[in-house]
Amino acid sequence: MAPLRQLLRSFLPFLVGVPVLLSAQWAMEYSGSQAYTLLLVTVGVNVILAVSLNVVNGATGQFSLGHAGFMAVGAYTAAKITLGLAGFKLSFLPAAVSDQLFFALALAAAMAAAGLAGVLVGLPSLRLRGDYLAIVTLGFGEIIRSVIENMKSLGQATGLSGLPLRTNLVWVGVSALATVVMARRLSVSTQGRALFAIREDEVAAEAMGVDTTGYKVRAFVISAAYAGLGGALIAHAILLATPRMFTFVRSIEVVVMIVLGGLGSITGSVVSAVVLTLGLEALREFQAYRMVVYAALLIVLMLLRPQGIFGTHELWDLPFFKRRGARKDAGGAARAGGAP
Amino acid sequence: MSGPILEVRDLRVDYGGIKALRGISLEVPEGEVVALIGANGAGKTTTLRAISKMLRPVTGTIRFRGEDVTRLASHQLVARGMAHGPEGRGIFLNLTVSENLRLGAYLRRDLAGIQADAEKAYALFPILAERRSQVSGTLSGGEQQMLAVARALMSRPRLLLLDEPSLGLAPQVVERIFAVLRDVSATGVSLLLVEQNAHKALQLAHRGYVLETGQIVMTGTGRELLASPEVRKAYLGE
Ligand SMILES: Nc1ncnc2c1ncn2[C@@H]1O[C@H](COP(=O)(O)OP(=O)(O)OP(=O)(O)O)[C@@H](O)[C@H]1O
Ligand SMILES: [Mg+2]
Repeated sequence: MAPLRQLLRSFLPFLVGVPVLLSAQWAMEYSGSQAYTLLLVTVGVNVILAVSLNVVNGATGQFSLGHAGFMAVGAYTAAKITLGLAGFKLSFLPAAVSDQLFFALALAAAMAAAGLAGVLVGLPSLRLRGDYLAIVTLGFGEIIRSVIENMKSLGQATGLSGLPLRTNLVWVGVSALATVVMARRLSVSTQGRALFAIREDEVAAEAMGVDTTGYKVRAFVISAAYAGLGGALIAHAILLATPRMFTFVRSIEVVVMIVLGGLGSITGSVVSAVVLTLGLEALREFQAYRMVVYAALLIVLMLLRPQGIFGTHELWDLPFFKRRGARKDAGGAARAGGAP
Repeated sequence: MSGPILEVRDLRVDYGGIKALRGISLEVPEGEVVALIGANGAGKTTTLRAISKMLRPVTGTIRFRGEDVTRLASHQLVARGMAHGPEGRGIFLNLTVSENLRLGAYLRRDLAGIQADAEKAYALFPILAERRSQVSGTLSGGEQQMLAVARALMSRPRLLLLDEPSLGLAPQVVERIFAVLRDVSATGVSLLLVEQNAHKALQLAHRGYVLETGQIVMTGTGRELLASPEVRKAYLGE
């Protein structure tokens, strides 16, 4: 009974989401407002990035600075596939369906490649405690970028252009939903309890019998795979993959989102990804100053509310939503996140 | 069969050049209490940490319940029935007392048994029952120590490694802790106990080892060590 209910709970968001997304996509195509579509895609991708990074930085308390690197791996993997398959069609299917099937394949490959990169980066660095991960991921991001800039087959600094338009609101929406469901499942399962113990105190967690390295690596690999998905989606929305899209600044952007929203809060990440993306769009003329805006936001936040806007709470933990009474189970994800 | 539950051979630990353990061997017979005593810096904590794999020994073999566990990681040892109550307590300071106990039973799946054991822990340390939903960082030092012992028991260990459970406690609380340890031992759990309070530890222990600058210099039954002039002079302050 319980597993079936869990399965249903995981699928419910999609049952509701897919029709909504389909109609949104149709409405966008009908009204022909491409700018808005692109904005919504950006919002969705940022949700994917923030929620997935929060699986590492929030849920396990590690600190990764390399999300852009995994995005790049995903973006280039998918781009190579869609470009390579551009001339092919599955003859027994309508062309559009065939394209989308190939894109699904490209997305899966992007996730696999980014996940594999996650294993390579995570396995050695997550055996150690402390700040090693931050340093290694920082280095990884830069290495990936310079590898791309030096590889002819990846277009070097100019990148790969002329990608087919494949990303639509349905792909982005479903991926964002999948990211949220994944993060949620992870935080409420036994794994969640393990990750939670790791975040609180790694040494004590290991002493309780938690396979700390195993869990950290798993969370890191999952997170990397979703970053790869985000990278692939954005590349097939702006029809371009260049090294400049995946700089250190991009990683920092995502870090700012989750720190603002509250490390460890899924809904916090979602809200903050949406608000920041739309906010920056509104302040378009100031794009050049975005790092300044980020820095200022972080400083204000650290002074006023160091645990982030949501702390480790979820939206439904807020008093406003709290009609069902306290749902606080030992070791659960919901915890008072007072300033340390 | 009934060999020793824990068998340590030639354990060496270096801290970047500092030889903390210079090849020590010891045994904990099944169901017994073994005390490890020694001056500050002798290597007692290091010994326990090396056994439970909180650190990696340079050489040495460790057998636990007849199995060579030298290559295993901490969490695997917990799964095999070893619990470590580390020095400085090592509890989850941001979590409540009851959450700490729950996490102590992390590898167990029998919810009813976990609940029953938590109640047992509260019965052993009634103060913890009063504080069960208090964040453990706000407990007094002695209460935290009790929680550390209680939590270590929550995994239903076969062997319990305890590092100075009586450190910094008031005399009544020390009595309480040692009474609990005696009860625990009576249920068949084996104990490897590191203590500054050599007197109490040796009284409880079936066997004791004296550690000096990373080497075992003396061993005997608890009673023998209590009676030994060297021990009396060096560790009992006589
Ligand atoms: N992480 C470390 N790095 C370097 N040296 C260490 C480290 N931990 C312990 N040592 C050294 O190793 C030796 C043994 O330390 P250990 O903590 O095992 O002593 P102990 O017997 O537990 O002492 P105490 O009774 O004071 O707790 C000491 O000289 C200590 O300074
Ligand atoms: Mg010590």
